Amino acid sequence: MKRWLGRWVPSGRTLVTSVPYVWLLLFFLIPFVIVLKISFSAAQIAMPPYEPLFHWASAQVLQIQLNLGNFAFLVEDNLYIKAYLNSIFVAGVSTLLCLLIGYPIAYSMARSNPSTRNILLLLVTLPFFTSFLLRVYAWIGILKNNGLINNTLMSFGLIDQPIQMLQTDFAVYVGIVYSYLPFMILPLYANLEKMDLTLLEAAADLGCKPWQGFLKITLPLSLPGVVAGCLLVFIPAVGEFVIPSLLGDPGMLMIGKVLWTEFFNNRDWPVASAVAIALLLFLVIPIMYLDRAQNAESAEGARK
Amino acid sequence: MATSPRATQQKFEPWTDPEAKPYVRIEKVTKKFGDFFAVDDVTLHIYKKEIFCLLGASGCGKTTLLRMLAGFERPSSGKIFIDGVDMTAIPPYERPVNMMFQSYAIFPHMTVEQNVAFGLKQEGVAKPEIVQRVGDMLELVKLGQFAKRKPHQLSGGQRQRVALARSLVKKPKLLLLDEPLAALDKKLREQTQFELINIQETLGVTFIVVTHDQEEAMTLSTRIGLMNHGEIVQVGTPSEIYEYPNSRFVAEFIGSVNMFEGKLIEDEPSYVRIECPHLQAPIFVDHGVSSAPGATVWAAIRPEKITVSREKPTDADNWASGVVRDIAYMGDVSIYLLKLDSGKVVRVTQPNVYRHADDRVTWDERVYLHWHSSSPVVVTK
Repeated sequence: MKRWLGRWVPSGRTLVTSVPYVWLLLFFLIPFVIVLKISFSAAQIAMPPYEPLFHWASAQVLQIQLNLGNFAFLVEDNLYIKAYLNSIFVAGVSTLLCLLIGYPIAYSMARSNPSTRNILLLLVTLPFFTSFLLRVYAWIGILKNNGLINNTLMSFGLIDQPIQMLQTDFAVYVGIVYSYLPFMILPLYANLEKMDLTLLEAAADLGCKPWQGFLKITLPLSLPGVVAGCLLVFIPAVGEFVIPSLLGDPGMLMIGKVLWTEFFNNRDWPVASAVAIALLLFLVIPIMYLDRAQNAESAEGARK
Repeated sequence: MATSPRATQQKFEPWTDPEAKPYVRIEKVTKKFGDFFAVDDVTLHIYKKEIFCLLGASGCGKTTLLRMLAGFERPSSGKIFIDGVDMTAIPPYERPVNMMFQSYAIFPHMTVEQNVAFGLKQEGVAKPEIVQRVGDMLELVKLGQFAKRKPHQLSGGQRQRVALARSLVKKPKLLLLDEPLAALDKKLREQTQFELINIQETLGVTFIVVTHDQEEAMTLSTRIGLMNHGEIVQVGTPSEIYEYPNSRFVAEFIGSVNMFEGKLIEDEPSYVRIECPHLQAPIFVDHGVSSAPGATVWAAIRPEKITVSREKPTDADNWASGVVRDIAYMGDVSIYLLKLDSGKVVRVTQPNVYRHADDRVTWDERVYLHWHSSSPVVVTK
């Protein structure tokens, strides 16, 4: 009786570990399947604005109509490919900038004395106390023609004409780097902070000048943090919609904006879904890489 | 206590030779952290091919002194010379010195081979020579077949060897070892102690070892520098430190000792007599002491230098009587704790020479203690 029960009633451990799986199933897998389903249907002017995938041809025959046209459309119209490539380029450059700015910040935080360290950590996370959208709007006020920067420069007489900054690629990079920098700093900081500093003494003892010690010891050991930080910035930046539409040139091709246009302006849900699925596939590859890198690191850590 | 194998070979005592030039000279070195004197006016001369142990409790400044030799800390005042060159202001990466860290500090992202080769690569040694020297060094520490392993795949003892190989491969003039054996278990520690001595003799490198473990210091060292509160309290060979401690602190730090406080009642150049309130008879010592008559002194007597018997000794001096309070059977020796009539507890160790000894002294028995007049060490501080 007990064994029979044991087979059907899950143990406490199973219940606890199943929470994330249930969460992912409800809020990730099921919505994904719905989007996938829509991406294979055809648009129609109705409510909902797409044709059903399954319909009964007769009492006994269930027909499935897979419309691959949406995906073919993404390849045929080079607008989409350009938008994907441009998004990846923008996200890549932003990630690189975040890394170049974030690494020294994370490094100096990790090497500062423990009492100031927590204050610095608080300062890095401080922007999250305000809404993301508000912070991006604030940049409009800073960058626009009669905004903070231009007015300041003009009042000092450094320029006669305002510099066009808003609605340029520059503004988009500023927005993305500003918004995602904490996501670069935090994993890097976590990694650098736990580094054993006697390793650097050992390197110095074996003849390394401080900069050589950094290149040969600190940098290679911080690579897992670099990878984690880069993916945390790159992945959301590729699909970024708010920043390019608020700060960028309206003509700037970003896949997030294209998706939004398909969905809300053209009301073409199937094509919009296909764009989303393709984007997801693009991004799954780096996510899987992150997963593998982290697994390798934790396996190494577990054996220590 | 084990003695160094050196003692059985020809005498190696450069410190007794006034002609010999010290290899490492630490001159009046002080290191302050804020108001705290981590190392306080230390002067030490260490000779080539020595294994010199800095011994002391944690916080006594021995590691700070070692780190100043390595170049990780700058002395607040004083100078350090290695092989005649002033090293005081030279950064660690330019010193002819290598250090073996207590945590080993092995680079986790490199294989055993790469770890050992690191210092040579840094020095710009040619590739074939690096391969040769790394191979030889790994053979010496018996890690040949582990060359391609990553540190996390090694046991504690193997990591210790990697650290040793890495610090020796550059042929340093001086090797600094910070608690080299602390992380190993007892069996492995004993075995490694002797291997360390063998390697040191093979390569002829001068070792300075920091340790808090007196047994380790006794086994390894040619000389010991005992430290307390940032100062060197006594420097000497293991047997000098053990048999001729210069203070109560040294006598009590090394091994166990029975300390009798008393007054000098007779003070002659060739002998002294000490009256101790805890003992029925005075302590007679067959050598002179430099102290004023009537001064308070301490007579330190090692537990193994006291004998226990049921008969009252015939001598007028150097005896006491008490009751056996506790016996600890250790196999090779037994430790007796005896309570004297004055209430003072005395510790005595007796070797267990015979396997069956039914008439051994037992609990609550009244016995007499006796020691030879050469046994007590008289210290004045």
